[in-house]
Parts: sequence; structure tokens; C-alpha cells
Amino acid sequence: MNKLLPILAVVAAIIVVWYGAAVKMNAQWAMDQAARAETTLTFPELVVDTWSQDRPVLPAPHQVIAELWGSTVAMNPTSKRSLVYHGWITLSATLLGFAIGTGLGILLAVGIVHSRAMDMGVMPWAIASQTIPILAIAPMIIVVLNSVGITGLIPKAIISAYLSFFPVVVGMVKGLRSPAAFDLDLMKTYSASRSQTFWKLRLPASMPYLFASLKVGIAAALVGTIVGELPTGAIRGLGARMLSGSYYGQTVQIWSALFAAAILAAILVGIIGVIQARTLKRMGMSA
Amino acid sequence: MSWGWLIFALAFWAGAWALNGWLANSRHARTRAVRLAVPVVFGITILVVWEGIVRGLGVPLVILPAPSDIWARILSSVPILWGDFLQTFVKGALTGYIIGCGAAILTAILIDRSPFLQRGLLPVGNFVAALPIVGTAPILVMWFGFDWQSKAAVVVVMVFFPMLVNTVEGLASTTAMQRDLMKTYSASYWQTLGKLRLPAAMPFVFNGLKISTTLALIGAIVAEFFGSPIKGMGFRISTEVGRLGLDMVWAEIAVAAVAGSAFYGAVALIEKGVTFWHPSQRG
Repeated sequence: MNKLLPILAVVAAIIVVWYGAAVKMNAQWAMDQAARAETTLTFPELVVDTWSQDRPVLPAPHQVIAELWGSTVAMNPTSKRSLVYHGWITLSATLLGFAIGTGLGILLAVGIVHSRAMDMGVMPWAIASQTIPILAIAPMIIVVLNSVGITGLIPKAIISAYLSFFPVVVGMVKGLRSPAAFDLDLMKTYSASRSQTFWKLRLPASMPYLFASLKVGIAAALVGTIVGELPTGAIRGLGARMLSGSYYGQTVQIWSALFAAAILAAILVGIIGVIQARTLKRMGMSA
Repeated sequence: MSWGWLIFALAFWAGAWALNGWLANSRHARTRAVRLAVPVVFGITILVVWEGIVRGLGVPLVILPAPSDIWARILSSVPILWGDFLQTFVKGALTGYIIGCGAAILTAILIDRSPFLQRGLLPVGNFVAALPIVGTAPILVMWFGFDWQSKAAVVVVMVFFPMLVNTVEGLASTTAMQRDLMKTYSASYWQTLGKLRLPAAMPFVFNGLKISTTLALIGAIVAEFFGSPIKGMGFRISTEVGRLGLDMVWAEIAVAAVAGSAFYGAVALIEKGVTFWHPSQRG
């Protein structure tokens, strides 16, 4: 309760500001329409009009919610205009990319922890690779793979894998190194082999770090997929929805695609949070 | 296919790998020279292997140009690259970065005075920071037009929340003991803020600033996919990809990589100067 009230207050404030901004930003168009029809709008009429335009500069919250409802629940999920359909396209590429990225990230982290040469050689480049805008490579990856005959899910998945891979590497390296020196010494007194130390000490100890990076990674993977859908004129997926909305000036469509992406990200992060809580509890690590 | 290049690439890779293994495990491993040499050797290896594979397998230019092709393209189109750099990085990314980070720090100081707002705004801020904010690009391009102002706006939106969350956390990072000490000196709110809490927040602030450097460049480039005047890195990348001018695309990527790394490095250097007292900087 102590936390819920402030959050609700902030969200309510945002919604109020949003409605106000919708009036201000859409007023120009409403005024122009009224001037053309040679009528004048009273203030209540103006407010009603700005909250219900077809192509507003800023759609009001209820318009976005109506569009979201209309294109998910009230529509056949296999329809080309259904957000469930587009969301599924994006989700499948995200999950595939996330799985690839996480797998590679963990493997690389294991290598970095066990080989000094890899630690010193690869780690600086893994960090440097994140200071360049990976997303800039997105269109190229898609066109190149297209020219060798790979289309559809895989190119987008590669981009989201690239984005989700880095947080996992950094988190896992930190996690695999998190056992204290006396824990490692204890393993040595048991004369445990390197692989035994890894499976029984390092890997379990890295779990909290892994889950923290998985949460960042899956959000990044979703961003990667959406951006992967932008530059190639893709016609399916949430990113393609945003792009076509921006071509045809369908602001409500852009906003609903944006919210669908946000909801999807929140659900994915939430699922990982649940798995994290369960796993850590079973391992006796929950706070 | 020419075997010479492939074998050369393979031999170079094996040699460099052995060299790095030897360097990393030698007794000089802790010296600065070796610490620098190992990643440099690794980077050169990637370029040589890339060149060798492209030449050895005869990969066509439209799929993957060799590093030497890319370098030649960079040299022959410096004015275009410079124009794109100015448009996207200096005007779009940098302006947005300064406005966004500045606004976030000021907001953080404002909401720091209200625990109620902190409790409410932080979870919302954390939530928003995890969302695909880059998706706001088409909306902001519609609002602010095709030129760099809309790119700066996208950057502002992208960097605001990570920066806000970090700064608020930093402002809360002083211990009760330190704050009590300031009270016994009868320091005013502003004195406490200026002399104790802001300096103590600096490691967190710089963490946010460093994260934001990458976000800024990504935001500016992606926003150009939604429409831009006929210059800018994002514009060049999307049009050259369409014309299969892959060497130009890679040249832009190289520029973006250098600019992004330099930007990050500059912020890290400033951090080193400002937070010299912090344990993480004293090594």
C-alpha cells in the first residue's frame, strides 16, 4: 500500500497531463476545421473534438485503448490487422534471438572466466562493440541474409540475439567470478576438479546475476526485433505496424503498436521475474 | 577460391591466438603494455581473418566487403561521411544528449525533495526505461519534422529515464552519518546538496551518462529510418543498403563505431577526473 499509492498518483498525473496535451496539440486542426465550416467552437466542443479526431497529432488515452482493444480482443487473431498476429511475429523472433543470444553469451562468459587470453583479448572488444550502434547494422544484416536466401524470422532473430548477448556476457562473467576466495579454497581442499568447481560452485553462484541480465537482455531483444522490422519495408510485426502507421499518418495505429510492444516487454520481463523468484527460492537464495 | 589467402588467414589466427595466450600467461601480464597489446592483437586478427576469408572465398562485394575495400571507400568519401557525422552525431545525438541528461538531472534534484514522488516516480521510471522507447521515433518525427530537431527529441526521450533513475539513486547514496555531520555544521539544504550529495552522486550520474552515450547514437540513427533530409548516417545506411552499396554502409558503421567509442571514452575520461576519489577509480 505504501508503494501503490505514490505509483497510482504518478500514473494519474501522467494521464491528466496527456489529456491536457491532447487538447493543446490537436486544437489547431479542430480550429481550422471549424474556421472552414465557418462556425466557432465553444471550449467543451473543442475538448470533445480534440479527444476524438481520426488522425490526431496526439491521440487521447482512451482512443489508444479502444484501438488496442479493437485490434486484439475484438478481432480474429489471424487477421492481418490484428495486433495479436503482429505481436506474435515479433515475439517469435524475439524469443529465438533471445535464446541464441543467451546461449552464446553464457558460452563466451565461461570461456572468459576460464581463459586469461580470452579475458584480456575479447572482453575489451565485447565492451567496445556496445559503444557502436549495433542497430545501425540491422538493415545490412537483413539485406545480406536476404541476398543469400535467408528471410523471415532468422535475420531479425540475429539482431535481437546481438543485442541480448552483451548484458548476458557481462552479468555471467561477474556471476561466475562471484564465489569468494574461501569458497574456491574449500573446493580445492575437497580436491574438486575444474568442471566440478564450475558445476557445483560457480554456476549456482552466478544465478542471481544471470537473471538480472536476462531481464535487461529480453527487453533489449524486443527492441532489436522491432528495429529489425523497420528498415526493410517488412509488412508483418509490431515494427512494421509503426512504420506503416508513420507512412499513412495513422497516429492511433502507431501508438497502439507502441503500447502493444510496451505491454509485451512488461510481460516478458515479468515472466523472467517469476522464474527468477521460483529458482532462487528453490536454491535457498531468496531474500 | 584461392587457398593462399585462406591458409594465410588461418595461420595468422593460430599465430595471434598463441601469441595472446603466451602474453596473457607470461609474467609481464600485469604491465600496461601487455594489457593494451592483447586486445589490439585480437582486433587486428579479426580484420586479417575477415580480409583473408573474403578474398579467399571470393565473397562478392554486395554480401561482405573486405576491410581494405571499406577503408578505400572511407578515404574516397570523406566529405559525405563528415556531413553525415555532423548531421546525425553533432546536431541530433549530441544536442539531444545534453538536453535529455540535463533535464533528467534537474528533475532528479526536484523530486529528491519529495519522498512521495520518489516512491511513485522511480518504479514508473524504471518501467519506462525498459520499454522499447525507440518506437516513439515515428511519432516524434511527425511532431518535429524531418530535420535534426526530431532526432534530438528522440534522443531526449531515450536518455531521460535511465539518467533520472541513476541520478535519484545517486542522490540517495549518502550515509545517514554524513548527512548528520552536515546538520551539525548547520549547513542549509543547498549547501548539503552542493558540497555533499551532488559530489557523492557523481559515480551514479556518470554511470547514467555512459549508458546514455550509446542510447543517444542509436536513437539518432534509428530516428532517421523514419524520414530525414538527404543526409545523416541513418539515411545513408538505409538508402545505400537499398542500392547494395555495402562498402558505403560499412564505412558509415565504421564512423559510427569510432564516434560512439570516442564519445564513451570522453565521458569516461571526464568521470575519471571528477570521481577520482571513488574506489572504482583508484583500482
